[in-house]
Amino acid sequence: MGALKTLWHRLGSPRWFFEISGPWAIGALILGLIGIAVGLVWGLAIAPPDYLQGNSFRIMYMHVPAAILSESCYILMGLAGAVLLIWRMKLADMVVAAAAPIGAVFCVIALLTGAIWGRPTWGTWWVWDARTTSVLVLLFLYFGVMALRQAVPREESAGRAAAILAVVGTVDIPIIKYSVDWWLTLHQPSTFKLTAAPSMPPEMYLPLLVSVLGFYAFFFGVLLFAVGNEILVREQRTQWVNDLVRSRLR
Amino acid sequence: MNFANWHDFLYMGGHYLFVWSAYGIGVVGIVITLARPLRARRRFFADQAQRLRRQSLGAERADASRSS
Amino acid sequence: MTQAVFTRAPSAGRAFAAQLQRDLTIAFRSRSELINPLMFYVMGIAMFPLGVGPGPERLADIAPGVLWVLALLSTLLSLDSLFRRDFDDGTLEQLVLNVDPLFVGVLAKVLAHWLVIGLPLALLSPVAALMLFLPAAAIPTLVLTLLLGTPILSLLGAVGAALTVGLKRGGLLLTLIILPLYVPVLILGAGAVTAAINGVDPAGQLAWLAAILALMLTFTPFAAALALRVGLE
Repeated sequence: MGALKTLWHRLGSPRWFFEISGPWAIGALILGLIGIAVGLVWGLAIAPPDYLQGNSFRIMYMHVPAAILSESCYILMGLAGAVLLIWRMKLADMVVAAAAPIGAVFCVIALLTGAIWGRPTWGTWWVWDARTTSVLVLLFLYFGVMALRQAVPREESAGRAAAILAVVGTVDIPIIKYSVDWWLTLHQPSTFKLTAAPSMPPEMYLPLLVSVLGFYAFFFGVLLFAVGNEILVREQRTQWVNDLVRSRLR
Repeated sequence: MNFANWHDFLYMGGHYLFVWSAYGIGVVGIVITLARPLRARRRFFADQAQRLRRQSLGAERADASRSS
Repeated sequence: MTQAVFTRAPSAGRAFAAQLQRDLTIAFRSRSELINPLMFYVMGIAMFPLGVGPGPERLADIAPGVLWVLALLSTLLSLDSLFRRDFDDGTLEQLVLNVDPLFVGVLAKVLAHWLVIGLPLALLSPVAALMLFLPAAAIPTLVLTLLLGTPILSLLGAVGAALTVGLKRGGLLLTLIILPLYVPVLILGAGAVTAAINGVDPAGQLAWLAAILALMLTFTPFAAALALRVGLE
């Protein structure tokens, strides 16, 4: 308990976080890229083709992790927003700022790969399945947070406004997911999902798991690095940053 | 190994356009996600180095004009 | 008769009632502004037969969705009036400084907004439903979903309006922020009406709408109050 409290207090110091996060970021990035590579190659080359969809189902190994990550990223953003609003921890604001563009890119990957997947499977370029629809709404939520942050002139107010929106959005996410799921069963008698995870045989499921874990590690690595950038920018007038810059000059 | 040879692998049972374009987009997305912060950090250090250099140059000139 | 002198700040209940009364009075002062959102609703609905063709079958098919989407848009357009007039003339600052707890004042403003815009919309919807040939059996469900849903729209809209109150061109940003949050209300509301058309009991959707309304009632006034403080910093 005492160790957690110390950790909490340390998080209030951007400099400490910067120094700690460096090696963690590199480690997570390496782990992540390896995981992604292994998962993707496994899914592309080793897993058996789907009975109905043939080889196009392999897009799943790129689409599903991107979709899952885009959602987890938003929830993380919402939690960080809550931390910012309740405890005014500056680091939380930086997490919100850094996470938003990463999550939005994952949304776009998920949407584009989902559309490409839909074409050979159902003959259309867009498919309103539960996952792609909720990822689309999620993308709109991301845009809202990023646009609001840009629009508010004062930096501190912008951070708090974006945090409020992120929290409200996070509370809404389960409601959105439930209603989209329900909406789909209403309009399509056969609930088709692009994947039905539990009913997949392990030869198909395991590479997906590896891919998802790899994406998670990659995400954390990039996030830590991006937060480090935020710290540098906000603390650029301090001695320790100036020392860091000078040390890099040599 | 699911595919008998490289040709089959690339052909993806006829779905090569979809599979490879989707994977291409994904890889590009991953690369962009990684490259943006890396470039931003490099830019930060370059900008800051420039600023420091200008500062020290200004200080030198101020010293020089004071002593002359 | 002795004069009553208030030596304490008014209670939350009194503050709520006073704010509500004030906002309703101001709203009713300009009759034309009251009608605008309703006119927009009817005009927007009328666009659909003009654009899609007057055939009753196709119109009835899209009616649940169209009736709900237009309700969404009408509410969105009217959200600006929630805080902006008070922001412009300085009374919003007075509200934030004087009303304690602030969420009471916010709730009063949202209630006034709903009474003036959401409720009339729900009551007007049968007329719009007739224009789109919605089967008569589904009309009570339509009104019920709007009665449950429009308060949710006002509550969520208040958070968005509070977040954008000081910004120039905040109107467009407001719609960007709020629309994704409106998605579940739209799906459930239109879905309930569709169910009613098909003879299926819409009780599930209505229950969900009621649950979301309860959640938003407890949660959004705080978020909006906080957002107002941030916006006025």
